[in-house]
Amino acid sequence: MTSFYGVCLPSAFMLGTSQYPSPAILAEAFRKSAASVATVSVRREAAGAHAGEGFWSLVRDLGVLVLPNTAGCYSASEAITTAKMARELFETDWIKLEVIGHSDSLQPDPFGLVDAAAKLCRDGFKVFPYTTEDLVLADRLLDVGCEVLMPWGSPIGTGLGLLNPYGLRSLRAHYPDVPMVIDAGIGLPSQATQAMEMGFDAILLNTAVAKAGDPVLMATAFSRAIEAGKLARDADPMEPRDMAMPSTPVIGKAFLQ
Amino acid sequence: MKILINGLHKDVTAQKLGAILLEAGYGDMRVATAVNGGFVAVEQRKEFEIEAGDQVEIVAPRQGG
Repeated sequence: MTSFYGVCLPSAFMLGTSQYPSPAILAEAFRKSAASVATVSVRREAAGAHAGEGFWSLVRDLGVLVLPNTAGCYSASEAITTAKMARELFETDWIKLEVIGHSDSLQPDPFGLVDAAAKLCRDGFKVFPYTTEDLVLADRLLDVGCEVLMPWGSPIGTGLGLLNPYGLRSLRAHYPDVPMVIDAGIGLPSQATQAMEMGFDAILLNTAVAKAGDPVLMATAFSRAIEAGKLARDADPMEPRDMAMPSTPVIGKAFLQ
Repeated sequence: MKILINGLHKDVTAQKLGAILLEAGYGDMRVATAVNGGFVAVEQRKEFEIEAGDQVEIVAPRQGG
């Protein structure tokens, strides 16, 4: 079982809490998903609204760990302030660090990401950086104190799956001992299975479940797909080959011509 | 004095962040704060001086992906 900053998670599924049709469906989707981590955010609160308290109560009742994010931040300083506000509100030093560099693709800003990660790690945060499959960026993030990497599969919310399997395999192979979570772009359970089979340690997704026609059923599907991928990886899959090879023994076949 | 709270113009009489939160109706709500882009921890609010034109952000837990 992979450890994330010293915490062994009972499930490799991390699920977002946004965009569900209702709080009740969110809660039921979490129950069916067996997810071990819920991602959350901080947003402006109106005086007397108490929306945040209601949501926080719902999340606490899920009985999972909380991973706050810095979604929507376009600079290191904005992300750092958001992270500090999240730490106070959610009482955790875990932070899913997002520093966005491009508004269309929501691609991370590698320079701002490393800058923010360095400062947050020094300040005692356990940083989960939303990154790409870039090996140099991974190296810099590890250098400044990150102990987990969260490469994207494809841009946030697209559901396009693993767009660069070669790059992701390379990243996995270069840092075999670093816990890695595929974060963003997963649209189908089969894509989550593929990522787990490649050796990634967990899957973080939101939209694919929340925007499914039946989020509860999709949460169940993802739960099984992630578990299947993990089991397959642990089972040491066969090596693919170009030439066909019969699986039924040739010796002993009746001569019938 | 005039300040910005969550992007909206507000006229407040209090000078300290903690008192401004009370005056603006946040009472004992579970919120986190930042002033002019910098985090202000809950234990600092009581003595944290606010000046005219300052931008105060007040946030709470929300859904996230």
